[in-house]
Amino acid sequence: MDNGIKFQEYTESTYNFEECTKCTVCTAFCPVLQVNPLYPGPKQAGPDGERLRLRDPNFFDESLKYCLNCKRCEVWCPSEVKVADLIQSARLQYDTTPPKLRDRLLASTDFMGKLARPVAPVVNAVTGLPLAKTAMDVMLKIDRHRTFPKYSASSFEFWLKRRRKEQAVFSEQVAYYHGCYVNYNYPQLGKDLVKVLNALGVGVQLLDGEKCCGIALISNRLTKEATKNAKHNVSVLSKAVESGLKVVTTSSTCTLTLREEYPSLLGVDNSAVKDSILMATRYIYEKLEQGAKLPFRADFHKRVAYHTPCHMQRLGWGIFSEKLLRMIPGLELTVLDSACCGISGTYGFKKENYETSQAIGEQLFSQLRAIQPEVVACDCETCKWQIEMSTGFPVMNPISLLAEALC
Amino acid sequence: MNPNEFDVIIIGGGITGAGTQRDCAMRGLRTLLVDRSDIATGATGRNHGLLHSGARYAVNDPESAAECIRENMILRRVAAHCIDESDGLFVTLPEDDLDYQKSFVQACRDAGIRADIIDPDLARRLEPAVNPDIIGAVRVPDCSVDPFRLCAANMLDAKLHGGQVRLQTEVTGIIKEGNTVKGIRTHNRNTGEDLDFYAPIVVNASGVWGQEIAQMAGVKVGMFPAKGSLLIFAHRVNNMVINRCRKPSNADILVPGDTVCIVGTTSSRIPLEECRNVAVTPDEVTLLITEGIKLAPRLSSTRILRAYAGVRPLVSADDDPSGRNISRGIVCLDHETRDGIKGFITITGGKLTSYRLMAEMATDMVCKKLGIDKACETAITPLPGSEEGSYEEVAKKIWENPTVAQKAAAARMGSRVARIRSGDRRDEALICECEQVSMGEINAAIDRLEASTLTDLRRRTRVGMGTCQGEFCACRAAGLLAKAHGCIEKERADIDFFLQERWKGNFPIGWGDTLREAEYTQWVYKHVLGI
Repeated sequence: MDNGIKFQEYTESTYNFEECTKCTVCTAFCPVLQVNPLYPGPKQAGPDGERLRLRDPNFFDESLKYCLNCKRCEVWCPSEVKVADLIQSARLQYDTTPPKLRDRLLASTDFMGKLARPVAPVVNAVTGLPLAKTAMDVMLKIDRHRTFPKYSASSFEFWLKRRRKEQAVFSEQVAYYHGCYVNYNYPQLGKDLVKVLNALGVGVQLLDGEKCCGIALISNRLTKEATKNAKHNVSVLSKAVESGLKVVTTSSTCTLTLREEYPSLLGVDNSAVKDSILMATRYIYEKLEQGAKLPFRADFHKRVAYHTPCHMQRLGWGIFSEKLLRMIPGLELTVLDSACCGISGTYGFKKENYETSQAIGEQLFSQLRAIQPEVVACDCETCKWQIEMSTGFPVMNPISLLAEALC
Repeated sequence: MNPNEFDVIIIGGGITGAGTQRDCAMRGLRTLLVDRSDIATGATGRNHGLLHSGARYAVNDPESAAECIRENMILRRVAAHCIDESDGLFVTLPEDDLDYQKSFVQACRDAGIRADIIDPDLARRLEPAVNPDIIGAVRVPDCSVDPFRLCAANMLDAKLHGGQVRLQTEVTGIIKEGNTVKGIRTHNRNTGEDLDFYAPIVVNASGVWGQEIAQMAGVKVGMFPAKGSLLIFAHRVNNMVINRCRKPSNADILVPGDTVCIVGTTSSRIPLEECRNVAVTPDEVTLLITEGIKLAPRLSSTRILRAYAGVRPLVSADDDPSGRNISRGIVCLDHETRDGIKGFITITGGKLTSYRLMAEMATDMVCKKLGIDKACETAITPLPGSEEGSYEEVAKKIWENPTVAQKAAAARMGSRVARIRSGDRRDEALICECEQVSMGEINAAIDRLEASTLTDLRRRTRVGMGTCQGEFCACRAAGLLAKAHGCIEKERADIDFFLQERWKGNFPIGWGDTLREAEYTQWVYKHVLGI
C-alpha cells in the first residue's frame, strides 16, 4: 500500500468472539446471572472463556450448563458477538460427561410423544399423580413442582391427513411445521392455525414427515441425534420450498432452531430453506397488511397481556405477533416488559434448576399479578407451561386467540 | 554488619540478573539486586517467549544449540509452571529449499536435539493452523515460556534465600578504590533517595545497558543493540511453535503463549541512545503480517492486539550489519583479567533459554573470587511454584472444584497459588476478566512480588494483557494499589501512564476491533471516569 503499512482488510473469529469490546451489556441483561451466582455470566462464559479454552480445553467450565440459551445476550450485544452460541458450542465441544438418562428422556420429545399417544389417558393420569411426581423427583431429579404437558390421544398429523382433500381446494398453499407440542400434546393449536389460514384462503399441508427440531437434544448435548434430525428436517423442508411453498410455524423456539441453530451449532446448511420459514403470526400479519381480510366476530372481548418469548425476541419478530393481536377488534392488549419466564424448555424441569428458573420468572410473574389479564398471549409452549404453573393465568398462542375472534 | 554491605551486588533485574541473584543467594551469599525500573523490562520481557530447543541455531551456531537443548530440558523440570511444553515444527514452504531440511536435521542431531522429520499431513493434523501448502516438516522440542513469570520466580526465590531487591533504583556511579570496585552509588527514582551500597563483587547484568554500566567502572564493553519487533495476536491460532525451516530470517517464528500467539521478529541495528524508546514502524508491521501469514494463513484475518519491540543485548564481534549472524553465545567477562579492574564482572549475550547457565557461570566466577566452594543447585532445585505437577493437579489439590479463575491462577503461579486461598470470598472477585486474575492474586503480587505500579502488576499477573487492554481491570487494580499504598493521587497518574503504555502497543496496529476497543476504553476513562 501507498502509506507503507499493510492493514488487515477484515478480521474474523468463531462466533465473532474477538469483536467483544468487553462493554458488559450482556452481563447486565443476563437473567441467570441476576439469580444464580454460580454462573459466570455471558461475557466470561462466552468471549472471555473462549480465549482460555483455545489455550487449553481444560479451561472449559462446567457451570456453563446454567446458561438458559435465552439469547438475550445476543439481542443486546452491540458488536454482534454470538454469545449464546459460543456458550452452547463450548458445551457441545468440551463437556465430555455423558448426558444423564433423565436428560435423554426430557430431550426425546418425539420418541416420548409416539410412545405416550396410544395410552395418553393413562400417561396423563399417572404423570399427574403426586406419587408419580415424587418418584420422578427422587429417581430422575425432575422437579416435583412441574407437571408434564398432557398428551393427546390423537395426533395433529392424523387430523390434518384426514383433511388433505379439503385443504387442497385452496388455490394458495403453505406447509406447516407444527413441532412436537402441537402434534402430541395440543393439536388444537394446529387446528386453530388451519382455521385462520383457511379464512384467508390458504390451504395447509404437512411436510413430508417432519421430526423434532432438536432444540432439547442440543441443550442436553445429544449432538448426534440433533444433527440427524436437522439433516432430515432440512431435506423435507427443501422439498416443500422447492415446490414453491412457504413454511409456517407456531413455536418461536422451533423456528429459531430451524433457522439459526442448525448452521450455527450443528453445522447443517439450511441456506436453501431458511428464508422461507416464517412464524405464522408474521405470515398472517403481512397478508393482512397487503389487504387480505379476516371475518372478525363483533362480540369478541378479551383483556390480553402479550409476553414476548426470548427466542421470538432473538428472531426480532415479537412485533408481528403484537401488531397482529392489535388488529383483533375487542382485544385489549398490554405488552409486557421484556423478561425471561425462566423455564427454557427442559432446563426448568430439572430439579437443580427449579429455584433459578422460578427466580428468573418472578419479574414476569409480578407484572402479570399486577395486570391480572384474562389471558396471556405467547408464541412459545414452554413459556406457556411456566406461566400457567407459576401464576395460574391461562396462556394462549396468538393464533388461537385469532381463531377464537373469527366468526 | 552494615545493612548497606553485601557479598555481591547485581545490576539489572532482567532474567540474567534475577537468575544470578538466585544462584548467588542459594550458595549462601548476601545479595542485592538493583534495577532502574522493574524486573523484566528490557529484552527479558520483549521477546517471543520461546524456550528454544536450539534447533534454530543448530546450523549456524552449534554451540548455542547444544546449550539450548540442555537448558531447555533442565527448565522443563525446575521452571515447570512457567513453561508450556508445546513442541515445535520447522516447516518448509514451496518457496523454501527442501534440501536445507537435511542439513538442518543433521545439525540438530549433532547438537543433541531430537528432530523428527514428519509427513506434512501429520504436521497439518498436529497443528491445524499451519500453512497447508507446506512440503516438509520437522518436529522439535520447542516450548513457550512466560519470561515475566520466570523472572519473578527467580527474584522471589532469591528473596526467600535472604536476597534483597531494590527496584526503581538507578545506578549513578561505581565506587572504586584504585582499580578495585567497591560498590555502587544509586538514586531511587520513586523516593529520590541517594544511597551507596558496598560489596567486594559487582555483577553487571544490565543487558544492552551494560555498556554504560561498564563505562562507569572504567571498562569497555561494546554492545550491538539489535531491535526486534513482534506482533501479538488476540487469541491462540496455534498450539505448537511454528518456525520456517530455512536460514534464520525475519518473522519466521510463531509462538503460542498463554492466551495469545506472537509472531516475530525483525532485526535491525539501532544506536544505543534509542534503546530505551524503541517503536514499531509501519514497515515492520507490514513485514510481520506478510511473513506471518506464510506460517499460518489464518493470521491474515486474526485480530492483532499489540505490536512491540525489544532490543537484543548482543555483544559486537564482527561487522555483520543486521546482527542476525552474531553468536547468541554467552559472554561472561572477568574484568580483572581482561581490564585489570578487580571485583567487576559482566554477564551478557546469551538468551532467555540459557539464562540459568549464564547465572551459573557468573555465580561460579563470583564464588571463585570470594573463595567459596559451593556447587550450583539451580539445575535441580525447582523455582517457587514449580515444585508440584500440572496446574490442574495443583488447582484440584487446593480447591475441590476449581473455577476458571482458580485454574488460570494455578497456571500462572504454580503451587504458589495456595497462598491466594483465603476464607474471604472477596479475594475471589475478578479484577481482570480477560485473563481471569482475582483480587487475591493481585494482592499477593503487591505483597510478595514487589509490584508497586499497574505495569509491575501486569508483568507479574497478566492483568491488562487481555483483549480489553486495561479497559476494566486498570481502574480496579489501581484501587487495590491505592489501598495498599494509601495514596490515591499517585494511582491516578499510574492509570494514565498504564493506559498510555497500552495505547502505545495498540497504535501501530490501530485498526478494526482493537481500535474499536481502544475507543471504548477512552470513553470509559475520559468521559465516564474523567481521567
